Amino acid sequence: MGIFSRRSGISRRTKDLVSQTTLENAFDRRTFVIAAGMGGLGTILAARMAYIAIAENERWVLESESNRVNLSLIPPRRGWILDRNGAPLASNRADFRVDVIPDRMNDPEKTIEELAKILDLEATTIADITKRIDDARGFQPIEVATGLDYDQFAAISVRLPDLPGVVPQRGFSRFYPTGPSVGHLIGYVGPASAEEYEENPDPILITPGYKIGKDALEKQFEQDLRGEPGARRVEVTASGRIVRDLETREDIQGDPVRLTIDGPLQDYAARRIGLESGSCVVMDCETGDVLCMASMPSFDPNSFSAGIGRVEYSMLRDDERVPLRNKVLKGLYPPGSTVKPMHCMAFLDAGVKPEESIMCNGGRRIGNRFFNCWSNHGRVDMAKAIYQSCDSYFYHFAQQIGFAKVAEWAKKMGLGEEFDLPVTSQFYGTVPSPAWKERKFEREWQPFDTVNSSIGQGYYLTNPLQLAVMAARLATGDRVLPRLRLTDDKPKFEHFDFSPEEIGYVRQAMSDTVNGPGTAGRARLPFDDILMAGKTGTAQVVSLSVSDGRTGPWKYRDHGLFVFFAPFDKPKYAGAVVIEHGGGSGAAYPIARDVMTFMFDPAKGIEALRALEEQWGGTAQERLDAKYRAYAAASGEAVPPVPTRDEDIFDQVEAEARVAARQPEQLAEEAIQPRVDTRTAQEVQEASPPPQAVPTPTNIPSPDPADVPGAIPE
Amino acid sequence: MSSIVPAPVARQPWQMLFPLFGLIAFGALVLTSAAAGDFSRYAESHLVRFGIFFVAAIVISRFSKDLVKFFAYPGYVVVLLLLMAVEIMGTLGGGSQRWLEVGPIRIQPSELMKPAVVVALARFYESLPVGVIPTWRALIPAGAIIALPMAFVLLQPDLGTSLAIAFGGGLVMLFAGLPLRWFIMAGAAGLAAIPLAFFFALKPYQQDRVTTFLDPESDPLGEGYQITQSKIAIGSGGLFGKGFNEGSQSHLNYLPEPHTDFVFATMAEEWGFAGGLFVIGAFAIILGWGFKVARNSADRFGKLLAAGMTATIFFYVAINLMMVMGLAPVVGIPLPFVSHGGSSMMTNMICIGILMMVHRWNLDAPKRGLMA
Repeated sequence: MGIFSRRSGISRRTKDLVSQTTLENAFDRRTFVIAAGMGGLGTILAARMAYIAIAENERWVLESESNRVNLSLIPPRRGWILDRNGAPLASNRADFRVDVIPDRMNDPEKTIEELAKILDLEATTIADITKRIDDARGFQPIEVATGLDYDQFAAISVRLPDLPGVVPQRGFSRFYPTGPSVGHLIGYVGPASAEEYEENPDPILITPGYKIGKDALEKQFEQDLRGEPGARRVEVTASGRIVRDLETREDIQGDPVRLTIDGPLQDYAARRIGLESGSCVVMDCETGDVLCMASMPSFDPNSFSAGIGRVEYSMLRDDERVPLRNKVLKGLYPPGSTVKPMHCMAFLDAGVKPEESIMCNGGRRIGNRFFNCWSNHGRVDMAKAIYQSCDSYFYHFAQQIGFAKVAEWAKKMGLGEEFDLPVTSQFYGTVPSPAWKERKFEREWQPFDTVNSSIGQGYYLTNPLQLAVMAARLATGDRVLPRLRLTDDKPKFEHFDFSPEEIGYVRQAMSDTVNGPGTAGRARLPFDDILMAGKTGTAQVVSLSVSDGRTGPWKYRDHGLFVFFAPFDKPKYAGAVVIEHGGGSGAAYPIARDVMTFMFDPAKGIEALRALEEQWGGTAQERLDAKYRAYAAASGEAVPPVPTRDEDIFDQVEAEARVAARQPEQLAEEAIQPRVDTRTAQEVQEASPPPQAVPTPTNIPSPDPADVPGAIPE
Repeated sequence: MSSIVPAPVARQPWQMLFPLFGLIAFGALVLTSAAAGDFSRYAESHLVRFGIFFVAAIVISRFSKDLVKFFAYPGYVVVLLLLMAVEIMGTLGGGSQRWLEVGPIRIQPSELMKPAVVVALARFYESLPVGVIPTWRALIPAGAIIALPMAFVLLQPDLGTSLAIAFGGGLVMLFAGLPLRWFIMAGAAGLAAIPLAFFFALKPYQQDRVTTFLDPESDPLGEGYQITQSKIAIGSGGLFGKGFNEGSQSHLNYLPEPHTDFVFATMAEEWGFAGGLFVIGAFAIILGWGFKVARNSADRFGKLLAAGMTATIFFYVAINLMMVMGLAPVVGIPLPFVSHGGSSMMTNMICIGILMMVHRWNLDAPKRGLMA
């Protein structure tokens, strides 16, 4: 309060004399000082105001604008995924949806309870949502429901003031018309994870309703499909009420992606696999276009895109037929006898003449051991070796030219090859060879390795796509490369150095497998003018001491395989069917037959399928739904939750697929148990000139027989 | 002055009244905008209240010195009793309450207490023998006069009003000539007590206000939100503002209390720095006039009365403006003559009325000394 007055205070203390005058003086002094102080404060306030309003004006104007104007992004409509004819495999459906943003919720529990009441959500769904909210970073929107009807949407909208953090909106959700048929092929979409947002902090990633590709093609073509978000600038009040629209920029839909897939064929093949666990690939031999890549059982990408529920996830996890695994790319199987025609090409290349024949006496001596054939075929030349699938022939010539040479051709024909395809991952399997075994196990290649490998067993592992590519290459003699994205240009393929006669010879032998005295007579197409060529295969998964391969526990049964092309003399389509634990190739080739029937005459194909589906209890989608309901009813509320990250789900599936693929390896490492021909005498009769059936045939009512590999040490 | 103007009119303190009318009119304009252009919502009652209390101020200004001196203590005691009554009713009613309802009128005794304390203290020091001013006898009763109502107001709890009472009363004691060292000592003790008071006397929500004042960003959606929004409003106004009824901060509800505590921010957004200078200038003139009245007063009672009233008005203005500009914690104190609210209008108009009264006394009995 000024030195002046302080000094006067001291003087007063010393004198301690107060009079009317000193009081008046003090009053004047003090009021002056106080008034001056007030004036000073007034000046400071004015200066402060000038500083805020003038010097910092720009900053505050900006803040005021960002208060007033709310920029909300409009999630772009995702590009469609089309089949080769332009029909959508994945499209968008306009719907009403509701999300919550955990950061903005005051009382998440109460809010969710309220929403559950309006939307009539089930207890497990609520548990899923609650878990997602707990797991999520606050800024991540959590989907509560999609596909609301208008009444529910309106009911939530009017309650919004009491439901902070709840965002109902009109939007588009991904729609897969054929559901589970394209699950593995197309993948599904889901909200971006926190990691994805942190990597690329684009606000669109945390806009409710915006989803990105989570698996397969949806993920691979993300950049094409994504599109440009629209934006809506609105004037909002502090409580978020929209006062008026200022400006709206429409979103730009993502580019469509056109696939080589034939939608109806894909759906047909998936449905035709039926109750089996397996895959079916069909390719165009001339262009390499993959027309169908079905893997069943599958998941419904529609429901995955709406958020993976715990009941659904649990059901899929518990299924031993692994519906989450894409078996076309991540199912590895010993190819069995399906490699025999390809091995013949290797023999031809090595100078073996087709007429050269051997005697199959129910087996053949290789080195100093005798290895069984699955039957006794008598005199066998190359053609008979193919259509009768005589093991002895392959033991002999593989040993003669050396398996290294055979393996070289296996690789040329596409086995062990990783194709340049837009897929998230593909397992490429194993083509065993002496060098490979040395490298991998540091063990020497044994004659029984040649024996095993020559008939597609042992360490051999292939995926169904490779088998289909092999069929296409066999059929054409071209190094056909598969492709999934449709382009106008016709690719040029390298031609293998085979004469048309040699190719024709193998084609004819493979046709005989189906249309002649071969192992797959029932695979004949119901057309007079179109003949399908093929090769059956049976892959043993456990030794005979565990299972006979046809009955008993499902997971011990043999895999059934079939590779094919048609028409046999002028191949247009080639493909492969692999049925896991189908109990032999008899499970596989009827599927190939029906799929090719559908290819050439859809009406006929559908007719065949309809009858089967009636037995099975509906289409794949209907069965999946029914299974879900039954599972949900049985499991009640004690269902473990879904892993937090979608990536975890598929990492786990992939890891398990790798483990599963290694299963036959154990078999190859052991000395293989003898296998016997289990066909009925009648079937053998039908298939071939009667050999001396080795043991007494057992009468098992299984479909057509398969070639059963076997090699016994002496 | 001019002979054309009748003497009773000419005698009025126009140098104060013009800025006051200006503030009131300006306030009505701002309140219209705060109600999104609706004159009847706030502005109308603002003007009506001003009308009523201006008449009351005129009436007060006619009081004689003796009458005021006579009623100084009884008035204080009555208001104190009302304050206690509020406290008791609040306790019985099961909640904190600040007002008494008498028919349609709600009286807030704590508001009346601000001028009542000043009047009582002025009366006390006027009657105190000059010789005892530097002794404890000058301090203890005055301290009691201030501390009693403060205690009751704090119980409500209303920190802002109790500080206003302390400020008005304390300044009257200062002006009364009490030894300066006491104030220095009290100030030092007060500074020392701040941490103690912060941790033990303040309620959690009051502590929050202080912490967010010190660091507004610490709570951008709570208490800090108000200060930030107020600064946005003032800052975005710029030199001349966004224009009448164009303020987005107030119209879109970003600004809390746009018609009461943060009315200055509402004004600044639409009228800019120019509007702010007008308001600050008007207050400067009014308060300056108040001090002039005090200095011109012939006797001690008038001097202390006028200076105390001026200090009371100043406290409102200063705290409110500091608060809206982010220089003080959020305390619920409105801006005199501009904010919508009957209680503050009543208190401030009582102060104005008393200042006008002292002004009249001065005209009737000019100061001796230099004039003589």
